[in-house]
Amino acid sequence: MKPVAFEYCRPDTVAEAVTLLDEFGADASVLAGGMSLGAMLNMRLVRPAAVLDIKRIAGLDAISINGEIRTGALLRQAAALANVELMRAIPLLALSLPNVGHFQTRNRGTLGGSVAHADPSSEIPLTLATLGGSVELQSKRGTRRVLAREFFLDILTTQREPDELLTALLWPKAKAGAGYAFAEIAQRHGDFAIVACAAEAVLKGDGSLASLAFGLGGVERRPIVIDTAGFLGKRADAALAAEIAATAAASVEPMSDFKATAEYRRALVKTLGSRVLAEAFEKSGANK
Amino acid sequence: MSAQHVTSVAPAGWVGQSVRRREDAPLLTGRGRFIDDLEPVAGLRHAAILRSPHPHARIRSIDASAAEKLPGVIGVVTGAQIAQVAGIIPSVVRSKMRFQVCATTKARYCGEPVAVVVATDRYVAEDALELIEVDYEPLPGVAHLEDALGPDAPLLFEEAGTNVAQKRDFTYGDPDAAFAGAHKTFKLDYRFPRSMATPVETYGVIAQFEPHPDRYTVWANFQGPFVLQPLMAGALGVPGNRLRIITPPNSGGSFGIKQAIYAYMVLMAAVSRLVGVPVKWAEDRLEHLMASSSATDRTGEVEAAFSKEGELLGLRYKNVVNLGAYIRAPEPASVYRMHSTSSGAYRVKHLAVENTLVVTNRMPAGLNRGYGGPQFYFALERIMEIAARGLGIDAAEIRRRNVVRKDEFPYDSPAGSLLDSGDYEKCLDEMLRLADYPKLLARREEARKNGKLFGIGIALGVEPSGSNMAYVGLAQTAEQRGKAEPKSGANASVTISIDPSGGVTVQLDSTPNGQGHATVAAQIVAQALGVSPEEVDVLTEADTRTIAWSIASGNYSNRFASAVTSAILGCAQKLALKLRQMAAEEFKVDPGAIELAEGAARVRGDPQRAVGVGRLASRAHWNPAGMPAGVSAGMIETFVLDAPTLTSPGDDDRIASAMTYGFVADLAAVEVDRATGRIEIVKYVSVHDVGTMLIPLMVEGQIHGGFAHGLGAALFEELVHDRAGNFVSGTFAEYLCPTAPEMPHVDIGHVSTPTPVNATGAKGMGDGSSMLAPAALANAAADALGREDVELPLSLNRLWELANARPMTTSGTYGGVQKKAASDDLPGSLQGEGTTTLSAPPEEIFRRLLDPEVLATVIPGCSRMEKSGADAFEAEVSIGVAGIRGVYAAKIRIAEKSPPRSMRMDFRAQGKLGNGRGSAVVELAPEGAGTKLTYRYGADVGGTVAAVGGRMLGSVTGVLIAQFFKAFEAYGKAGASAPGLWTKVSGWLGKAKG
Repeated sequence: MKPVAFEYCRPDTVAEAVTLLDEFGADASVLAGGMSLGAMLNMRLVRPAAVLDIKRIAGLDAISINGEIRTGALLRQAAALANVELMRAIPLLALSLPNVGHFQTRNRGTLGGSVAHADPSSEIPLTLATLGGSVELQSKRGTRRVLAREFFLDILTTQREPDELLTALLWPKAKAGAGYAFAEIAQRHGDFAIVACAAEAVLKGDGSLASLAFGLGGVERRPIVIDTAGFLGKRADAALAAEIAATAAASVEPMSDFKATAEYRRALVKTLGSRVLAEAFEKSGANK
Repeated sequence: MSAQHVTSVAPAGWVGQSVRRREDAPLLTGRGRFIDDLEPVAGLRHAAILRSPHPHARIRSIDASAAEKLPGVIGVVTGAQIAQVAGIIPSVVRSKMRFQVCATTKARYCGEPVAVVVATDRYVAEDALELIEVDYEPLPGVAHLEDALGPDAPLLFEEAGTNVAQKRDFTYGDPDAAFAGAHKTFKLDYRFPRSMATPVETYGVIAQFEPHPDRYTVWANFQGPFVLQPLMAGALGVPGNRLRIITPPNSGGSFGIKQAIYAYMVLMAAVSRLVGVPVKWAEDRLEHLMASSSATDRTGEVEAAFSKEGELLGLRYKNVVNLGAYIRAPEPASVYRMHSTSSGAYRVKHLAVENTLVVTNRMPAGLNRGYGGPQFYFALERIMEIAARGLGIDAAEIRRRNVVRKDEFPYDSPAGSLLDSGDYEKCLDEMLRLADYPKLLARREEARKNGKLFGIGIALGVEPSGSNMAYVGLAQTAEQRGKAEPKSGANASVTISIDPSGGVTVQLDSTPNGQGHATVAAQIVAQALGVSPEEVDVLTEADTRTIAWSIASGNYSNRFASAVTSAILGCAQKLALKLRQMAAEEFKVDPGAIELAEGAARVRGDPQRAVGVGRLASRAHWNPAGMPAGVSAGMIETFVLDAPTLTSPGDDDRIASAMTYGFVADLAAVEVDRATGRIEIVKYVSVHDVGTMLIPLMVEGQIHGGFAHGLGAALFEELVHDRAGNFVSGTFAEYLCPTAPEMPHVDIGHVSTPTPVNATGAKGMGDGSSMLAPAALANAAADALGREDVELPLSLNRLWELANARPMTTSGTYGGVQKKAASDDLPGSLQGEGTTTLSAPPEEIFRRLLDPEVLATVIPGCSRMEKSGADAFEAEVSIGVAGIRGVYAAKIRIAEKSPPRSMRMDFRAQGKLGNGRGSAVVELAPEGAGTKLTYRYGADVGGTVAAVGGRMLGSVTGVLIAQFFKAFEAYGKAGASAPGLWTKVSGWLGKAKG
């Protein structure tokens, strides 16, 4: 369990980093927290010509909340959790982050690294996609933003081009009166989620559903957001929650592995999804 | 037994106090010295092991020339070279299934050593591994017991003609009559999965060979039993005194598993000899999970006969045991450790046991906590619970009616275990009291009324400790045993010295792995010599050249408390007697009038007449001529404890297989969430009789640890192989162990009946609930779910299936997990099917599928595609997702074709990261102007990608297929010219390193 020999580069600025990425392209692995990359390097699953350690790039862990909410790619999961203002600004992230790995891994793992890695079970990509957030990518060619819902293409595969560096996550502001809920089923606390459900619901004064974002992680090969447009305007109660979850369960094509079958995942979408949606409805109702 | 030489420990004193463990301070401050911290000889070089990526393959040839040329490589040795200096390691089972420490002509499990590289550092060594070209001929593999016993099963050892290593039947009493006369009989087909102990520290070996004469020195975190030392010396072809084994000061846990390191000790010793330098090898976690040692998985049948009143009249066991790829000594000991205790804690007189030992393409089995106990008690305690339900008797009550009574000790059980002491009913009472049993029953009633799945389960059993080294002989018939020298006993050796300045040094033969032997030893010696424990230094590093040791030495089978502590006491008492004799002469009294206390030898009742222990010791060193008459000079004593009750097995196959027997009674109450399969342990009670509690705090620690292992086996842990033997649980993300948040509160109770068979009264207790928790939790889950076909581990997915009356996905049928397409004609652990619509007509699609130029263009990452025969292709493909990518040499053969409707293709791929093989059926049907293409496939994936990426294999396959058809369709649209989509992709694939 020793990595192949690689060149170690430690850029101090984003400009340096993207110059190196331009040079190495797909032969470079970007090292942020290293919680996934470290293991993959040691098992020689990845064999980069160069490892770009971006940890020392000043300001890449910045948080800005005024105006649009922006979290720098290097922001550690533990630092995000400890930032009360940020957690207030993104309530769904406050609910999902404690499920990311373990106390120890959150001390090193970053928000940006998790999104760039795009594990289908990851909570942070799911949260970003559910909320309709975006990813900021920089390269020598310029800076672009990609909607999270379009960023994730497949298992461990994103729209990031080999010369691009993921520099920030952009989070929509919390909707007025919204209720947020998150839950996942994993074999042990901190394990890869078998199914994770995230919801943002806004109820009108009359209890009908004004808006809903319902995301699922661990189910398909990338985080998915269920089309719930057909349910808007209906009375947001437990029955509707169950109906939406059942519809979602029928529409997904779950993964299957030796720990969890597609059937089990589908059943969890139904039961867990229903619980999460009902909770989000209730919270939004209570916010009125 | 040496009881006549050793007086029992005084009731008051150091023993029994919960002192702080002396081991902890260095560990907590990072000053422990483990095997990987040692550099005992100059010029150490580092070894890495090339392991078979195939579960079963013939090794045609090995070309190490490129690896040897890599700068930094000292040498490469192959299995054939190793076989020249390290011979076969025999097993007690006479068979043609021979075990060697490195594969030579055939690899029989994923991870089996095939060659070893020695280099300046581990990095270079691992680089070199990838340069070794092994020409494997993959053979069909077999990982599951049912498959291995099938009529057309692939044979691991063709020379043996079968995968059955051995079959033996045993009968005690008259079980047939007992069953014939029974009121009711109950039967359960059981399955127990494969798990392992997973200590924090893995194996580590340093080996040095010196010639003139041949001599090996091996440092290793070996835990014994030292019966393996003569086996190792034999394999290396040297007398025992020229194989020196040294253990490090600290070992990061073992729980049995560091027994099997001995095969790697032999391997590295041979490598050191062949390469000519001292070598160091530190096992990594993947190696540990894949190729160290596991508990045996079993299937079997247990049957119990009962009277109307619930008296257990007879038991029948049919155990089918998976030994893995070899019968690696001391196997099949795991099957026979509990054999003489086949009646458990019960008074049943009539037993029948049938053991079928099977080899499969999995890592060999060996010592792991409980060593056969979890499997045995799963069968026995599940059937007891089933019988209780069937007879309408409370599960606790049926056990009360059958346990050995307090006044029946010592109890000679039918298969030979001599249960020395206990009060099992009192333990049961204590368990029920702690559980608040009536309240718990009411709670179950209430929960069920509310539609909840609530269950209670009990498991109890005796805990053998201090193994009789002869029990392994049960794997032989009495006739076979008769041809060899008889074996017996469970000796323990201790040396204690007092130096000229009064310092006391104790040398143990117990090679602890973190248990705290030094703390206990210091207390016992301090009490016997009348000094304080701080003055007693305890050495636990074993060195076969310098310490007193014998075949039973080591750290296993709860040996320390049951046997070693008595040897410590016996040895201390020899020195104490000498001190008393010296003081008696000085004060002109009888030695019996001298007591040792507060650092002095003094006249009992007259403490003014006292002389310091240190002064007496000094005298013995400086003035040996002045010793009292008849008292030998010297302040060093060695004591060897033997156990005369532990004799050879008789012709009736009965044997007293352990010195003492503790008792464990566990109760679990669980609630299962029907919707998610989540199991909550509402209550867990564990009552133990460990005899004398030498250090109560450490007893509690052991109980918690044993329970954690039992919990792991019950809910989380399983070494998973596909049916062919490919290993898919090679990381701690796949092989799940319980961590602190998974541990429920455990209510611990104690009932203490000191054993009369040793001097301290202590019974071993290191296995504890690791043996009972799997059965107790399975019983509770079965009670909650209302079905008896529960299998371990009780994972979320499995509990959900059980709770929702679905067919259970079992490890035994892993490979059929993706059930929808599992079909006989396309076997494999990865199953899939799909449909895609293509715009070209079937004739054109069919043509393109067989056109190497088209395939080269559309197969993602294909860098070369050639026709190698009429219907065969060879290709080089870069396969993977994201950065996880490897280059594979692929062979595709069209097995059947009926143009333009269908074809069946077989494929095989091999690369550094893994290998795959499988078959696919493609069917084409016209749809408008185009084609509807339907495909089905079955495949097995092996090697590193499977071992560490098992979770993602299915998904990655899906990605690749999607990419293929996307490109295939794009090709159709773009005509024969290379489609734009892939120019970019292949561009960077080409750059990616394989």
